[in-house]
Amino acid sequence: MKAGTNLEKILASGKFAVTVEAGPPKGTNPEVIQKKGNLLCQYCDAVNVTDNQTAIVRMSSLASCLLLKQMGVEPVMQMATRDRNRIALQSDVLGAVAWGIGNILCLSGDHPKLGNHPQSKAVFDIDSVQLIQVLKNMRDEHKFINGDEISGEVPLFIGAVANPFADPFEVRVPRLAKKIKAGADFIQTQAVFDVSRFAQWMKIITERGLDEETHILAGIIPIRSAGMVRYMKNNVSGVNIPDDIITRMEKAEDAEAEGVKIALELIAKVKEIPGVHGIHVMAVGWEKKVPEIIERAGLLPRPVL
Amino acid sequence: MKSITRSKPLEEIKQRLAKCRQVYLIGCGTCATMCRTGGKSEVLDMKQKLAAAGKKVTGWMVIPTACDVLTRDALKENAKEIAAADCILVMTCAFGVQTVARYAEKSVYAAVDTLFIGTEETPGEFIEACLQCGGCVLGQTAGICPLVRCAKGLLNGPCGGSVDGKCEVSPDIACAWQMIYDRLAATGRLDELEEIEPAKDWSTSLSGGPRQITIEDTEEKTESQD
Repeated sequence: MKAGTNLEKILASGKFAVTVEAGPPKGTNPEVIQKKGNLLCQYCDAVNVTDNQTAIVRMSSLASCLLLKQMGVEPVMQMATRDRNRIALQSDVLGAVAWGIGNILCLSGDHPKLGNHPQSKAVFDIDSVQLIQVLKNMRDEHKFINGDEISGEVPLFIGAVANPFADPFEVRVPRLAKKIKAGADFIQTQAVFDVSRFAQWMKIITERGLDEETHILAGIIPIRSAGMVRYMKNNVSGVNIPDDIITRMEKAEDAEAEGVKIALELIAKVKEIPGVHGIHVMAVGWEKKVPEIIERAGLLPRPVL
Repeated sequence: MKSITRSKPLEEIKQRLAKCRQVYLIGCGTCATMCRTGGKSEVLDMKQKLAAAGKKVTGWMVIPTACDVLTRDALKENAKEIAAADCILVMTCAFGVQTVARYAEKSVYAAVDTLFIGTEETPGEFIEACLQCGGCVLGQTAGICPLVRCAKGLLNGPCGGSVDGKCEVSPDIACAWQMIYDRLAATGRLDELEEIEPAKDWSTSLSGGPRQITIEDTEEKTESQD
């Protein structure tokens, strides 16, 4: 075991993992994240906390993870390289480990121009691949990026993201391979709607045996309305939504029920694709529906290891 | 190398010149002329605008290359008109403004903003070419700089926001990594996509005051030429 987190144990045992995203509040009330933790903890193996997602200021990922940790809920701490340089990133890793946070997910983060502080200076001192490398080096060699020794253990289960739907498609597997080489233990993908493209990506991965070197969790976003799906298609970069899903949502009498149905179909399909080791549900404000989705997908009870 | 500039709003210039009644104007015949921010016609246009704002322009000149040390001689040649002014308004890039400020014994104000070091891709359309980071990666990236071309300056491939060759920040920005991919593919170098580019040494860039170097054998070469 690298960190011995619940998520690592589940994936290592070959069981199908479930993680769920919980976005921190745009304010100081700890109950927002605590409520999400309470609602979701029985329905997933770890709760994934975003780091100022879409470049909009929210409670910090580290602080939100601590609130979950205090309740006994296992967090996955997201870390974007957009806002912190290598000094701050490594410092936060030490702090997170001191508090028992073992799952850290590395990403570059949405550009500030897409968020609510477009005038801010983007940092990007290092990129996501380099952050994965930094974490692996901290864990395995007990060394900072500059080569200095770290005192104490740095048990980490390192995550990364992948978007099989972005362009150029031909880069998407090599980029994943790079992240694995850098040290990614698990991968969360962008939301899957276009199952055939996802399957095509997974096929290349399994042919290369990359699915045996990391754990791939397929991203799932339950859609709530036709408006939401149209918005995502037009405004969320790198999300590919086939027209038939849009048509279904537009024609549905009960859009929410149809959205849940689509999510369940997608889960059933990705579950059958060789090399997929779990799902990562991003409910974006619709967390209350997650327990029903996980239950109806036949993913309960969550294993206790 | 071209220094790409944009004129400051007239209001801002007038604000800066609030205390000056008499103004001397300096343009540049190189980059600022090309960017239409400090060539002869822009200088004459500024002269008119300042006159309309109640200022007196004591004189003007367009120095062939304002960043050159010859600017000192140009200032001497026009000393009388410059002496009659309360300040100098410099319509050149920051290099020119600094050169004028160094040699002129007058208050100096900038009339343009220096945006970047770039090239003219099509007439009138300029794009940044070099960040001057001090650690060139062009050999690894097929001659396309990801530090200026990629909005996130990513060194290890495209982020998840690259769609149809465009950047997530704006459909007007080409994805640098799509361009790099295409050129690597065209030159049979796709295998390099899986090589990890390590964390960059930024100490050669924006850290620790002005960057400077001394080329050691300059003096000897000058002597031998003599």
